[in-house]
Amino acid sequence: MPATAAATDTRTITFREALREAMVGEMRRDERVFLIGEEVAQYNGAYKVSQGMLDEFGPKRIIDTPISESGFSGLALGAAMCGLRPIVEFMSWSFSLVAADQILNNAPKMLYMSGGQWGAPVVFRGNDGAGGQLGSTHSWCVEALYSNVPGLKMAIPSNPADAKGLLTTAIRDDDPVFFLESERMLSDTGPVPEGDYTVPFGAAALRREGTDCTLVSFGRPVNFCLEACDALEADGITCDLLDMRTIRPLDAESIVESLKKTNRIVVVDQSWPFASIASEVIAQVCERAFDWLDAAPRRVNTDDVPTPYAKNLEAAYLPNADKIVAAVRSLLGR
Amino acid sequence: MTTAAASTRQTGARPRKRLTDSLPDETLIGWLRDMTLIREFEVRTMQAYSNAKIGGFCHVYIGEEACAVGTLACVNPDDPVITAYRDHGHALARGMDPGACMAEMFGRITGCAKGKGGSMHMFDRPHWLFGGHGIVGAQTPLGAGLAFAAKYQREVLGQDQKKVALCYLGDGALNQGAFHEAMNLAGLFGLPVIYIVENNRYSMGTEIHRGTTMADDLPKKAAAYGVEGVTIDGMDVLEVYDRFKPIADACREEVRPAFVDLHTYRYHGHSMSDPQKYRAKEEVEEVKQRDSIDLLAAHLIEERKALTPDDRKAMQQEIKKIVRDAVRFAEESPEPPVEPELYSDVYLNPQPGLSPIREYTRGAKNPLL
Repeated sequence: MPATAAATDTRTITFREALREAMVGEMRRDERVFLIGEEVAQYNGAYKVSQGMLDEFGPKRIIDTPISESGFSGLALGAAMCGLRPIVEFMSWSFSLVAADQILNNAPKMLYMSGGQWGAPVVFRGNDGAGGQLGSTHSWCVEALYSNVPGLKMAIPSNPADAKGLLTTAIRDDDPVFFLESERMLSDTGPVPEGDYTVPFGAAALRREGTDCTLVSFGRPVNFCLEACDALEADGITCDLLDMRTIRPLDAESIVESLKKTNRIVVVDQSWPFASIASEVIAQVCERAFDWLDAAPRRVNTDDVPTPYAKNLEAAYLPNADKIVAAVRSLLGR
Repeated sequence: MTTAAASTRQTGARPRKRLTDSLPDETLIGWLRDMTLIREFEVRTMQAYSNAKIGGFCHVYIGEEACAVGTLACVNPDDPVITAYRDHGHALARGMDPGACMAEMFGRITGCAKGKGGSMHMFDRPHWLFGGHGIVGAQTPLGAGLAFAAKYQREVLGQDQKKVALCYLGDGALNQGAFHEAMNLAGLFGLPVIYIVENNRYSMGTEIHRGTTMADDLPKKAAAYGVEGVTIDGMDVLEVYDRFKPIADACREEVRPAFVDLHTYRYHGHSMSDPQKYRAKEEVEEVKQRDSIDLLAAHLIEERKALTPDDRKAMQQEIKKIVRDAVRFAEESPEPPVEPELYSDVYLNPQPGLSPIREYTRGAKNPLL
């Protein structure tokens, strides 16, 4: 069954504070952990995720870099091979494209190429997806592009509690983890457990329960799905909403289990439709549970164009609650 | 820094007292043995490649032996080392078992990477060799990371040891962005890493003047990053040691980077499939007149009187046998079994749901560990 958050003492904090708690907690616990990236130290983080961390840990562990994504990603990887546990902050995952050789060719393949001699325990984290009229080069959703590569893990939280729990798990994991945040969610607030808190990889969370359709999503669009569920419930349509939390590993078991109840599925994914995570989820559903489908699976992705700048075009391009409602209704014929 | 010293040996004007003079004969004989081993190993590598025993891309080190042997002699066995894809020489000079090196190229389970890496990916954890990297320049940021870790381990984790990392690259890598980012970071952060350009004058078929600026004065590139740079004659292993040892010691002690332009030459093509139409046969023959192994052998036999021609012959025979045995070992070793090797060593922490195909597993222990 999908995992749910353990009931410990919680308080309401922001998504960015939750990320910081995970990093600070791990850096207090393990001296091998350090944070490196652009503006993480003296500037307190381009998006203030690392605010105050320089004061606590000093410049040897909170390390400002020049704008050299390839250089500092590779540096972190080399350090990880020597036994350190780096956290690399990309101001935006859009900027990680210039580090592709280090993060895709070196990090996930090091263990295999060395015949098991060296792993790469690095966390790469930063903002993923449209920020708000940033245009096409700064609005990358890398989940489909990068999760194609075996050897890496990918986590994508939808709320502050998962931000803390998944990031803590990521830092403790011995494999390279790509951790996808969203600039649009950093100020979201929610209850977050205090102290040591981990969320396991590969365990989806059931955010809503229903009988008519299974909604599968991850990251920011989970919140659009919650809105859509509210709208649909007003009309008597109920959905299972699965927040996948990690893309690799993918908890396909929970999807299949839900599908056996609802017999219909809509996948909501903020990346382009072609060869997307939605495509992958639907392929796995067809392979594993074809006979349980009463209707063809549907996907709600961003439109298949570069991210536009104009406010109205960007809004039309992104997935939203209305598009999700329309997809569910069309599947149900009501 | 100066480039004039590179030609010291060519002009015959050897300095009266040199650092290598203080080294015992056995040390230099060891270098001769290592260089001869690399040469013989590579001859047999080419043979095996021609016989289709070795696949993929394969780049041999013949002609460049003094580079790896001379520089590695200047550092400690637990100083981290990383290189590019022309890596067999570094692996052997670092101490990798020749059988494991050859078996890797044969794609056998007894290879250093269990047959999963191939010629371009020689990794040897017990000997602190961090690969073997196939993409030009990809190893240069990693090299900065090896040095960063050494510095971090002292300054944050309180370990005592001062280390210096060696990061080898070809002259073609001088024109990759990754190298320039790495040099800037090394200079900026004061990282104890030495970027060693094995400058064989050709990046595949492109002669160095067609590929990079200031080709006759590469240390100027280092100066642009505030990093000390020197040019050294890489065909004379004594010269390599004499000039490189003080640099390695200084980088370790002062915790800073350096850049070394080692002038060398590859006698064969870029890879096994290179017809070498871009250079004259006469050029190759001319360089061979100053062959690094011949120079060292002559020094040991004629100047040091540390070796007789018969000793040398015996050494060659002994090495031929070692390499023959390595080839036989590779040939007789089994291929990596599809179960469990295909789906192992992908994740250190495999868990369900990582692939739609099947679950990942842990494979056989690496033969070097």
